[in-house]
Amino acid sequence: MYKPAGFDFSNELRNNFLVEKGLPLPKATSTGTTIVGCLFKDGIVLGADTRATEGPIVADKNCEKIHYITESIRCCGAGTAADTEFTTALISSNMEMHALQTGRKPRVATAMTMLKQMLFRYQGHVGAALVLGGVDSTGPHLFTIHPHGSTDKLPYVTMGSGSLAAMAVFESGWVPNMERDQALILVKAAIAAGIFNDLGSGSNIDACIITASSTEMLRNVEMPNQRVQKERNYKFRRGTTAWKKEDIRSLIVDEQVTQVGGDEMDTS
Amino acid sequence: MPAMVSAAQPVQRSFNPYTENGGTILAIAGADFSVIAGDTRQSEGYSIQTRYAPKVFRLTDKAVLAVNGFAADGNMFVKKVRQRLEWYRHAHAKDMPIRAIARLIQTMLYARRFFPFYVYNILGGIEEDGTGAVYSFDLLIYFKNQTPAPGTAFPKHLPLSTVLPLVIDSFTSATERHIEVGDGLEIYIVLSKGSTALQSLQTIRGIQELTATNDGERVFVIRRELKKD
Repeated sequence: MYKPAGFDFSNELRNNFLVEKGLPLPKATSTGTTIVGCLFKDGIVLGADTRATEGPIVADKNCEKIHYITESIRCCGAGTAADTEFTTALISSNMEMHALQTGRKPRVATAMTMLKQMLFRYQGHVGAALVLGGVDSTGPHLFTIHPHGSTDKLPYVTMGSGSLAAMAVFESGWVPNMERDQALILVKAAIAAGIFNDLGSGSNIDACIITASSTEMLRNVEMPNQRVQKERNYKFRRGTTAWKKEDIRSLIVDEQVTQVGGDEMDTS
Repeated sequence: MPAMVSAAQPVQRSFNPYTENGGTILAIAGADFSVIAGDTRQSEGYSIQTRYAPKVFRLTDKAVLAVNGFAADGNMFVKKVRQRLEWYRHAHAKDMPIRAIARLIQTMLYARRFFPFYVYNILGGIEEDGTGAVYSFDLLIYFKNQTPAPGTAFPKHLPLSTVLPLVIDSFTSATERHIEVGDGLEIYIVLSKGSTALQSLQTIRGIQELTATNDGERVFVIRRELKKD
């Protein structure tokens, strides 16, 4: 059978045909999101909200959107939750391999190139919109990567459904060479703008501060949407469910290990 | 020159006059009271248009109408219902009974069979015999009176003191898990003449009375904050 060179899109044709016939594809969870990144004097601050949605329903009230790439490179993900999760995990793995191979601290541009080349190969079908930031031997770097593979390198960036609300804050508040605390306050304000003004974003604020010497993951730095006390108690009374028989078994197996022969396993 | 794709296809253009503005409304009828509630967020897509747009309206001292769906249609619909109720007042020198308001709404909705008001209505209040009532409507025609099973009275085991916390908790829960619900909550309470539930309202924080006539029925409103994310 003839097989043309390049990526195979025949499955997409099949799927479009099936959709036409009335068999819709299973819909992936798309995270309406606010994610931001901001350059400051000594490095990068990344920020994210923690709401994951499925249409109008909140699927996760406290998810993590700042993903690990390497010790000094992190990546915020918006778009299809599964795609952001798996692309960042794959690139993280490849970056570790690359670091081992070269014996150098990996660079942000390397991660950016790996991500964009992968996303471009999938022609936008991998729905990952990313904010990539980190510090390497060439200094601090901040990128956005769109699902089709295009990238931008800017001093302050936002992505996701709350990107306009967050960008409004950056446009009015960002200045060059900010101090660490100043930058963190700005990032928190940008995420808060997304949380309160964009329905796709909500719950808590995560932040990550990356400098040449350290990476600080600030999980839930701000929790401005704590659940209020309920008026009534909805717990079922103990004994609500009747039973006919009770049988308690011990699942702990007693085991006696006896060493046979003296040779240890050869692990060289 | 490359072959042009000729034969211009007919293009159908369309204009959609409707939109969906989110939110939630609910009503519960008791033996001698009715509770009608709604959140106050109005949204379109992922944007909040306003954090305070009432969806629940007092029509008379014995009827409260909650509207949900397309906000512009909802407001217009309430305006038109109120106009009809005023005409009724001028003609008969009394407020229209809730049973009649329900039928009026049904007729007004069906009058727009082929260009409907994009609104889901819930009407709550007190019947002429003093019992609590809830009517609900779909976009066009039907109205359903949520009456108890034949031969049974209204749920007397569900007093107002239980219903109110239940309504508040329903909205806090909906706010947690639905992105279009939040910001504020308005709960209207209609009590029938000499209702015993009146005492349980005394202790409620920030309750406001809206009664306008001396017919005996009384209308109250409770306002609460909901989460704003």
